[in-house]
Amino acid sequence: MRVLLDTLMVLLVFTNLRLLGLSRLSASIRTVAAQGVLLGLIALAAHVGPWNARILLIAAAGIGIKGVAFPLLLRRGLRAARIRREAEPFVGYIPSVLAGVAAFVLSLGIAARLPLPGTPVSDLIVPTALTTMLVGLLLIVSRKKALSQALGYLVFENGIYVFGVGVAYEASALVEMGVLLDVFVGVFVMGIIMFHISREFDSIDTTHLATLKE
Amino acid sequence: MSVWGFPTLAGSLVLAPLFLGIVNRTKAAFGGRSGQPLLQVYFDLAKLIRKGAVYSRTSTWVFSAAPAASLAAALSALLLLPLAGFPAVLSFPGDLLLFTFVLATSRFLTIVAALDVGSSLEGMGASREAAFSALAEPVLLLGLAVAAREAGRDSLAGIIGNVTAADWQRAGPAFVLVAASLFAILLAENARIPVDDPNTHLELTMIHEVMILDHSGPDLALLLCGSVLKLWVMAALLAGLLLPGRTGFPVLDGLMFLAGMFALAVAIGIVESTIARLRLDRVPQFLVGAGAFAVMALALIMR
Amino acid sequence: MLSALVLIPAAAAVLCFFIRTDALRRALLLGAAVAHAALSLSTWFRAPGDAWNGTLRLDAIGQPFLTVLSALFLAATVYAVGYLRRESPGEREDFLEGFRFTNAPEAVFTGCLLFFLSTMTLVLLSENLALLWIAIEATTLSSAPLIYFHRHHRSLEATWKYLMICSVGIGLALLGIFFLAVAASAAFGGSIPLSVHALCERAAGLHAPWLKAAFIFLLVGYGTKMGLAPLHTWLPDAHSEAPSVVSALLSGALLNCAYVGILRIDQICVAAGLGPYAQGFFVWFGLVSIGIAAAFLLAQRDYKRLLAYSSVEHMGILALGLGLGGTAAFGALLHAVNHSFTKAMLFLLAGNILTVYRTKSAPEVRGVLRRIPVTGVLWLAGLLAITGSPPFGTFVSELLILRGALDQGRFWIAGLYLALLTVIFIGMAATMTRMAQGVAPQIPGATPRREESLAIGPPIALGVVALVLGIYLPPSLDAVLHRAAQALGAG
Repeated sequence: MRVLLDTLMVLLVFTNLRLLGLSRLSASIRTVAAQGVLLGLIALAAHVGPWNARILLIAAAGIGIKGVAFPLLLRRGLRAARIRREAEPFVGYIPSVLAGVAAFVLSLGIAARLPLPGTPVSDLIVPTALTTMLVGLLLIVSRKKALSQALGYLVFENGIYVFGVGVAYEASALVEMGVLLDVFVGVFVMGIIMFHISREFDSIDTTHLATLKE
Repeated sequence: MSVWGFPTLAGSLVLAPLFLGIVNRTKAAFGGRSGQPLLQVYFDLAKLIRKGAVYSRTSTWVFSAAPAASLAAALSALLLLPLAGFPAVLSFPGDLLLFTFVLATSRFLTIVAALDVGSSLEGMGASREAAFSALAEPVLLLGLAVAAREAGRDSLAGIIGNVTAADWQRAGPAFVLVAASLFAILLAENARIPVDDPNTHLELTMIHEVMILDHSGPDLALLLCGSVLKLWVMAALLAGLLLPGRTGFPVLDGLMFLAGMFALAVAIGIVESTIARLRLDRVPQFLVGAGAFAVMALALIMR
Repeated sequence: MLSALVLIPAAAAVLCFFIRTDALRRALLLGAAVAHAALSLSTWFRAPGDAWNGTLRLDAIGQPFLTVLSALFLAATVYAVGYLRRESPGEREDFLEGFRFTNAPEAVFTGCLLFFLSTMTLVLLSENLALLWIAIEATTLSSAPLIYFHRHHRSLEATWKYLMICSVGIGLALLGIFFLAVAASAAFGGSIPLSVHALCERAAGLHAPWLKAAFIFLLVGYGTKMGLAPLHTWLPDAHSEAPSVVSALLSGALLNCAYVGILRIDQICVAAGLGPYAQGFFVWFGLVSIGIAAAFLLAQRDYKRLLAYSSVEHMGILALGLGLGGTAAFGALLHAVNHSFTKAMLFLLAGNILTVYRTKSAPEVRGVLRRIPVTGVLWLAGLLAITGSPPFGTFVSELLILRGALDQGRFWIAGLYLALLTVIFIGMAATMTRMAQGVAPQIPGATPRREESLAIGPPIALGVVALVLGIYLPPSLDAVLHRAAQALGAG
């Protein structure tokens, strides 16, 4: 079980790196959908003891919302915006991938200094969570298309979610639901705003959103 | 110097063209064709040796010497590699580095011969090959470093064939990452799709093929032999690093090794048939991605 | 009763989307605001019990902020009725760039306004950290459409930035809550309650390194929402592009809600003995906020952005006071109350100026005292209030914070604080007095109109409160603020 969990975590980091190097937006959405599925599986694999209804519900909700619903929503936004590819981002693709690897190594270092009390189910949880969060932040900051920024936000939330399910305390149920709710509404609202952006500018390039200064 | 290495050396020389044949047959199967005979590469070698060579007036002795030297370098790499449970012919601490550099020498000689021709097409291929291998070589070294760190030894003898099922249980994800990374490098170094298409006839899209465009006859046979051996060597490295388990019986080990090589050949064929060739400016991203896997594996093993 | 405070505006919000007539909808808005104000006023006379199985509770920290929220919302609603009447539906022309745009449907505006009230109330009443977090996220989501009321590209940019930056901040705060759960796992074993009360009780058993990490993430997360520099970058854009009513609520009420979030985690840290550790961060963030606000205030040409940076400055003062502790902590809480009234009044006045002068550029506005006298007088009074001059309440609270710094012998901090406040006073006074004085230019297309009572009534009321609080602090308010300061370890 430990190896399975570790493998899922590494796959998650792999999806992060893939996102950093991708320029095709539909492939990016698919990768984020894969991340959602992985998160549901991680929730199941990290659960200590036999599976009960609660953990199954959480995993199903995770896969359903993050793996299916959001990508559908985002794909609709993509079709409405009528774009295929990301413009050359502020941080190029190769430096982005290298930064992602650096983030992973850095996260391993931080996790070594901040050990989880008690016996954690895997010692890759904190590094994976931190890496995913950092990759999400990097995507938000370096990408020009609003859709990529929304994807970066989703990835960022995924990282936090990984930490929540990996740490797996009883209190986290409420917060897991909170995460799902929050991201749901957040993406919903972002989808609406993206629709407005594309209608306003005929593109969802956020370099148009740079007139307010000082 | 171990005498027991020679049987495997001989076996490699015999079986390496068959490996390429399996790859080609797999590709043909995916294409719905029956494809070349499995032993086609042997027939090609035999045909080429019988022919005469044509040398361009702008080339020098380098052009005629390079194929033989390149094959010699590939053979030296083979000397260092322990296969199928048998020890390598030569083994000493740090032979990982010699292994990598010998392969690099083989590549270097091919590049030099291409430049020596004096034609721009070969020069173009040479520059591409040099650029991509500049990225691929560090990744190969990183992958070997991960394996060495995991085994705690710094010789190929220590790391090949040393992986047990327990190791896979313990550090499975790291091994998968190293395998992916080395597989990507294998594809890059041996001019396979997605880096280079060995079946293309358009010179402007070639990398490896265009470098050897001017060689003919026995020279081409030597080059073909060298590239086939290089493919075998790198596949054997991958198989040896990753196949778990090692029984005490040489025959069983040998069979397992051959099965692994067969699987690897089929895998290469499948990858070549299903993935499209990358645009040339995306190849560095591909190689950096492979490097990222290797670094991640290293980080995972070293924590 | 506490659940009524949350549910009445929420129910009214849902109803708003189904009502067709504008007049009925505005009446509903007013009715909900009055009900909310009445309920929160009644809490001063009879302490309400816990609701929702203890997750909603009105304690000493929540009560003053709740009263401020109700009062501000009522004033804003009265103003909004007049505002909505003026913002006739259909196409309008942009003042700055001249293109034509439309407003959002009024139902969306009113409904979101009521949701905004409901979620902010939930923040102030939440005893449970997870519910608090959900409520703060809900405030972000319900206020985003409000910022995008005028549908054009500048407000879209402001809304996108607001949504992105605040959502990332809230995400970091969630991570902080997870870290807090890890820190509490040692003390609680199986089921970990996320209630402030329970965590404070067993605070000694919290795992210190994880608690420290949790504090940092929660501070950064909620600090983004509060507008602490360097996380404040969404604030000027959002405040300047939103309608003035919305800006008044954002500055006066929402920033306070984020502050309350930070106060809750500070409560836990103090109970766990990490008070000094937390205070260091507060002082740093406070001074940086005041400093950055001062720098950007000096050359500011847009008077709404001027007010927005002033909000950043005052949030810095709040953080600084909390960081200094003792008298300064009490001063910070008092300052939150004073600042809310003053800033809300100023934003409503800015709305009046915008309506008459049709420009957001301060150099182009002249003669407010002559053109719209009531607004002009209040504008100057507001300048004095916001920069901390007597006899307004902000003077008392800022002085208390200064005294706190001097009492602790932290002369560098006190000196820097004073210097920055002086710079800010100079910057704001230069701009705002120049706007008030002089002769009003001829404004093309604007018909001279008398000031509507709905447009000046609420600012007058808010100004009076800001003035009164400077002269006379009601004992009940004093007592509550002292109790709140004690809960934060002020002693």
